[in-house]
Amino acid sequence: MIAINYAQLLRVALPEVIVVASALIVMAADFVLLRRYNTRIRFALAAGIASVGCVAAIVRILLTPEVANILNGVLIANPLTHLVQIAVLTLTIFILLLSVDSTFTQHVGEFVLLLLVATAAMMFLAATQDLLIIFIALELLSLSLYILAAFNKSSAQSWEAALKYFLFGGMSAAFLLFGFSLLYGLSNSTSLPLIAAAIHGPALNPLLVIAIVTTAIGLGFKVAAAPFHFWAPDVYQGAPAPSAAFIASGSKVASFFLFFQVMALGFAGAEGTAALPNFVRGWVPVMALMAAVSMLLGNLVAIRQSSLRRLLAYSAIAHAGYMLLAIVAHTEQSLAALLYYVVTYALATLGAFGVIAVVEQQTGDDQLSSFDGLSRKTPILSFCLAIFLLSLAGIPPLAGFFAKFYLFVTVLNASPGSMGLLWLIVLAIAMSAVSLYYYLRVLKRVYVAPPAAGAAVIRTPLLSQALLLVLAAAVMLLGCAPHLLLRWIDAAVRASGL
Amino acid sequence: MLAWTIYISFLGAAAMLLLPRSSAASARILALITAIAGFAIALIVFVHHHTGEMHTLIRVPWIPSLGIEYHLADDGISLTLVLLTGIIAITGILFSWNIEERTKEFFAFYLLLIGAVYGVFLSYDLFLLFVFYEIVIIPKYFLIAIWGSTRREYGAMKLALYSFVGSAMVLIGLIAAYVAAGANTTSLSQLAQFPFSPHFQMWAFPLVFVGFAILAGMWPLHTWAPTGHVAAPTAASMLLAGVVMKLGAYGCLRVAMVLFPLGLGPWGFHVLGLGSWRDVFALLAVIGIIYGALVALVQKDFKFVIGYSSVSHMGFVLLGLMTLNQIGISGAVLQMFSHGILAGLLFAVVGRMVYARTHTRDLAALNAMNLYKIIPFAAVTFVIAGMASMGLPGFSGFVAELMVLIGVWRAYPLLALCVGFGLIVGVVYVWRAMQKAFFAGAGTVLVPPNPPLPPITIPERLGATILIATSVLVGLYPQLLLNIVVPALNSPLFEGLRKGSWQ
Repeated sequence: MIAINYAQLLRVALPEVIVVASALIVMAADFVLLRRYNTRIRFALAAGIASVGCVAAIVRILLTPEVANILNGVLIANPLTHLVQIAVLTLTIFILLLSVDSTFTQHVGEFVLLLLVATAAMMFLAATQDLLIIFIALELLSLSLYILAAFNKSSAQSWEAALKYFLFGGMSAAFLLFGFSLLYGLSNSTSLPLIAAAIHGPALNPLLVIAIVTTAIGLGFKVAAAPFHFWAPDVYQGAPAPSAAFIASGSKVASFFLFFQVMALGFAGAEGTAALPNFVRGWVPVMALMAAVSMLLGNLVAIRQSSLRRLLAYSAIAHAGYMLLAIVAHTEQSLAALLYYVVTYALATLGAFGVIAVVEQQTGDDQLSSFDGLSRKTPILSFCLAIFLLSLAGIPPLAGFFAKFYLFVTVLNASPGSMGLLWLIVLAIAMSAVSLYYYLRVLKRVYVAPPAAGAAVIRTPLLSQALLLVLAAAVMLLGCAPHLLLRWIDAAVRASGL
Repeated sequence: MLAWTIYISFLGAAAMLLLPRSSAASARILALITAIAGFAIALIVFVHHHTGEMHTLIRVPWIPSLGIEYHLADDGISLTLVLLTGIIAITGILFSWNIEERTKEFFAFYLLLIGAVYGVFLSYDLFLLFVFYEIVIIPKYFLIAIWGSTRREYGAMKLALYSFVGSAMVLIGLIAAYVAAGANTTSLSQLAQFPFSPHFQMWAFPLVFVGFAILAGMWPLHTWAPTGHVAAPTAASMLLAGVVMKLGAYGCLRVAMVLFPLGLGPWGFHVLGLGSWRDVFALLAVIGIIYGALVALVQKDFKFVIGYSSVSHMGFVLLGLMTLNQIGISGAVLQMFSHGILAGLLFAVVGRMVYARTHTRDLAALNAMNLYKIIPFAAVTFVIAGMASMGLPGFSGFVAELMVLIGVWRAYPLLALCVGFGLIVGVVYVWRAMQKAFFAGAGTVLVPPNPPLPPITIPERLGATILIATSVLVGLYPQLLLNIVVPALNSPLFEGLRKGSWQ
């Protein structure tokens, strides 16, 4: 029996505690004090309080960075977990502030509460190497996201999306739990490093193969990798804009970090290889296959979309494919590349959803035709959208380009001396050439097509416009000077090991 | 100092967005001043630059953890092309003086494109070069899609996708080279010294070469060029044919051939009489020359004639590179310059002087107007440009093509004969287009244009004069450029190429 130092536990978990506490404060304030004001003011105050909470958590992490490993990996604090937590918190702040101008709900307190609870779940997700905590945190996150997706009570689409998300999510959670139970059975432990030590052996145990596949299914669902992506297009389309942005950005960051950790730590010793010409059984070929299918399906199906949200959903599937390549490589550099990629990707997607939210509020839908001639109606917003989409397409000098470059370099570097993973890189680069086509189609609407006759001028709320400009500037800055973020990520990865 | 060509163009593009919304004149003047400033810098450096060897302009670490540097440098070859870019930029603005719709945005995209082109020519770090190379794609797309004519959205998308596919191939090659060298550097000179295995070079060379050659209009991947040129507004066609196609050829020489010189060596076996990638690309280049000329011969659309002539002339550049001897490659560089000037001039006549006035490019319809009587300046300009394009002595095209031909004669005597045939067809298509477009025959029923055509404006006259004067100057005194191009080819950078299969 290990004695638990509760004081230390509280100290390490203080950032999460701050977030949860601010969630409760928001809820109480909204119920008790703010009921009689209109939605706009309630949203502004609630988002303000919540943002202060998130900022406080960030400050706490930055000022007194704890380094700890409690109960063999149940709760971990090191520079790497701090980095992921700060990234998640920053994204949450952006989403809170972007949602201030939305009108889809009267239940402001609940909405903000769920956002913050989900954020806390993501923070726990980043800070643990224990199967039980992983599963609990993942379920907390998922349940919050289901409700967030359904939050627009007046829209049948939102309900349908949430129901689909919930059903698929429940099933994938079952798969994940099944995989975890097998792992526990094989190793008699719930700690990832101990599991890895136990399953290490010359031949793959058939039960381990099942565990690998079911875990991959469960986590593949979270990151929307094909063929477990069916929920993504509907949720991206049906959910209220802030929820969709949250699912597409913050939750992606945490899920990918988790996915990498579970695979690289928990299944160390059962890697196999996906390098041509000699595949070896293990989890790496499974990841490689998922990556290849995601890249192909996401990019090719995105071409046919006529709604910008669905287009972003398929592009998210494609990007999940690229990011899975980092897991295929599972080296320290590829973890750094993955973090850089997922953070810059989250910034760009968040920005794109911000633009969609503004356009939707004025034109009523997110069909591509609603974006006709946007550059004549609101040049600044169009410029931001162009920056976000071109970054997603990987055009330099935007962040998305360097992210792709660095990712591909580290993947190819993972098997020194051989070009065995080159086939994946060739596929990824070829598919990113395809992706330019559908991003350009959107920009063609924005810049080339004439505005529809009698279309009203689009007014962008001042706060949204400022936030979108900040995001666009960040995407440009991280593309021109990747080192600003990369230096930090590199140091964190080196300091924490894998 | 030369680095400021890039910064000035980008700053000009940014300043364009700050101008008042409705003021087209100020946008034009700002663009012109920016372009002239860029050219003036290039000219000053050119005057002071006697040796043609490599000068580092700036070299600072950019992304240290990956060994990527912000490294700009110039040598004789890049300086030649920077000068070309400066001239085309100025004249392109003069020929787009009539843009009235969304003028500000037009020139913002235009200057962005120019700045990125300068950047490609001056980059000495592969990552940096690639960044500039890809920035070019987006403004190109919008220039055509917004301000273009016939099937503009199709032409623009085709151009963007061809370019992007090309750069994707280049990117694969560059990443593979970076990883294979394992030296944590993307510096061109350091990677060029790394002994990549012959097996690696054998697949990496064609990949990167073709990736760049797509943009240089290599047959059979040239199809973006005619449609793109035709769809583009005049200034954009001038830039596309004049400068952007040179980016591809420059990449072939500066990156593909320098990094992987062994890729040009023999395979060790023969397929259809071809024994190396060098043979393959030389053959494709010759096919391009003849095919482009023959197709230009039967076009009904005036602008397509010029579009296909570009494919034909760019064939000379690629062929010159594949001769792998000094006279052939320096001829290729000279041809890049010469074709840049002449294609710019031809597109200016067709797009601005003729099409913008008559609103038709159909040769039969133009023939009935007997334009020689109405806009004699355009006719005279086209005659001069046509003569230069045919390769008449006294113009830049003559020297360049002669040097390429001598180089080919040494390397591939048989192909030289085919090129001779291509040259003859070249005379014929120019002649045909000239006669049909400007000079109505004796028995033609004349249909005078209605309403009457506006006269040729001063900016147009100025632009045409600059381009003709440049071509004549280089034609009469080619040493002007050769003095800096030849030493650049003898610099250490091309050592691998010289040691390998240089003849």
